[in-house]
Amino acid sequence: MAAGGSIDALSQFKLAPVLGGFTQSNLMMVVAGLLIFGLLWLGMRPRAMVPGRLQAAAEMAYETVLGMCTETIGPEGRAYFPFVFTLFFFILFGNLLGVFPYFFTFTSHIAVTLALTVFVVGLVTVVAIRIHGWHFFSYFVPQGVPVALLPLLVPIEVLSYLSRLISLSVRLFANMMAGHVMLEVFGAFVVMLGAAGIIFWLPAGFSLAVNVALIGFELLVATLQAYVFAILTCIYLHDAVHLH
Amino acid sequence: MSEEPGEEEPPSFEERLKAARSRQGLDAPPPPTDRDTGGLGGMSPWGVGLRVGIELVSALVVAVAIGYGLDRLFGTRPVLTAVFVLLGGAAGVLNVWRLFAPRPTRDRGR
Repeated sequence: MAAGGSIDALSQFKLAPVLGGFTQSNLMMVVAGLLIFGLLWLGMRPRAMVPGRLQAAAEMAYETVLGMCTETIGPEGRAYFPFVFTLFFFILFGNLLGVFPYFFTFTSHIAVTLALTVFVVGLVTVVAIRIHGWHFFSYFVPQGVPVALLPLLVPIEVLSYLSRLISLSVRLFANMMAGHVMLEVFGAFVVMLGAAGIIFWLPAGFSLAVNVALIGFELLVATLQAYVFAILTCIYLHDAVHLH
Repeated sequence: MSEEPGEEEPPSFEERLKAARSRQGLDAPPPPTDRDTGGLGGMSPWGVGLRVGIELVSALVVAVAIGYGLDRLFGTRPVLTAVFVLLGGAAGVLNVWRLFAPRPTRDRGR
């Protein structure tokens, strides 16, 4: 909040213990997991031929991710569906929960997104090695290149492969953090301008309007970034399975 | 239609209709799938710019981290970092190329 006339936009990302070493970030992760479980369990309990609202939502969630897997990875994609589904909905619910006031966005911490990314890249590598064995390392050797250039090109390919770790994690983290910093800044504008006197109420109202628009924008970014994370995981899995 | 060979010089009705429709821009080209665009589909120019920036920088970050680590390991302070900065820059450009390269030809070239 606006403490002492300055805008403290970053304190919202501070971890606060809820119970011992269990922080509000961990709490939101548990809440996200329970919400996903609840949506699927309660939604699919009626098992109706004509689905109700909750069942339709659960079925749509299932079919969207299944389509993402099979279209991107190919028919083999069904094997990775549970992983991509879990990843997509964990990130989506984490992003969306962060939009609520007083809630914490656990995806706005690089530690969380980097951990997810390390897991994704590690899994992709393990999958590729399990399917292709030693042949996997031909992934780093571009085709149709003179042998003399290979000592230069292979390290570049390896670095490009490893840069997924940073690009995937930073994209999610940066988007979520930037959005929440913007919300905090404009929220502080409303308070500061509103307190500064009646002539500043017009710009204060403008800031409030910007914040309303930003909340809508945040909903878009939350969904889009979860989708991008999942689809990139699928593309990496495609590369691991097909190894072009 | 093939039973009247004399008449078959002009293309069939379906073909002419398709050509006319595409001339008028009535048939939208099939939307690029996310496979083709690497998840870029439906992103704003801002999104694309951010994406390219992250791809460029992330390769550099990884490269500098590795170079610095190896330098500390071998005690060759500036040499490997310098080499890896160059390699990382190249890898970043490779990432961006991957992002915009026409995917199908890559797959067929395999």
